[in-house]
Amino acid sequence: MNATAANPARALDQTVRRQPVGLVFCCTILGAAAQILMKTGANHMTHAGIMGMLTNMPLMGGYCLYGLSTLLLVLALKDGELSLLYPVIALTYVWVMVLSYLIFHDNFNLWKVLGVAFIVVGVTVLGKGGQS
Amino acid sequence: MKTPVSHMLLVLLASFIGSFGGVFLKAGAAQVRQGWIYLFVSKQAPFFNWRLAAGVAFFLLSSYFFVLGIRPPGELSVLYPMVALGYIWTLFWSRIFFKEPLTRLKFIGLFLIVVGVFFVGLGSR
Repeated sequence: MNATAANPARALDQTVRRQPVGLVFCCTILGAAAQILMKTGANHMTHAGIMGMLTNMPLMGGYCLYGLSTLLLVLALKDGELSLLYPVIALTYVWVMVLSYLIFHDNFNLWKVLGVAFIVVGVTVLGKGGQS
Repeated sequence: MKTPVSHMLLVLLASFIGSFGGVFLKAGAAQVRQGWIYLFVSKQAPFFNWRLAAGVAFFLLSSYFFVLGIRPPGELSVLYPMVALGYIWTLFWSRIFFKEPLTRLKFIGLFLIVVGVFFVGLGSR
């Protein structure tokens, strides 16, 4: 028997609870893109100091993405549990690792792959913990 | 282990400050009116959503101490897991300030994430 179809109130409740996790998921992708942009900016840093930072487009783009990511986090926290959503941010590690492999050709090793696997499983378990 | 204790304390401090960033964003989020344009406009007097501003400030301060901590000779393998400790502080703040239930699945999920971040740190040497 389909439990959600039998209980519309519960179905609605589950949808409301799932959306914040989706928002934080987007947050982590934006956060990872921000980190990659900041790393690119840091690599191309010609001169230090505040003007050097302000004229550094990738660096500033990174900060903007961080701002956007924080905005999504606030929207998510409006309806979601902090204890559930805050650790989901750890997914950022996963995207950063994949992106830095693709863009900067950073090395991949067993520990990193194992770490990513644990984080993904951990976030999944955590997500289940919030729905019960 | 080459990482000095002072660098560990800096990253620990960063994780602690960062966890309060989450707490203030959560407190501020409850005050946000409908529509993102009102982000820093609170529902109640004094109408400036200082909690959100405080949350952002805590995050910026946290990243400052984090960067100080991961400077050489700080090793990411030691310091990354300490960042993940921030998730554990947050679990307790969620319980204390927002009365969120701490389920067994939350503890298991968090434990797996912390172990995962530890492994990522090991792989980043």
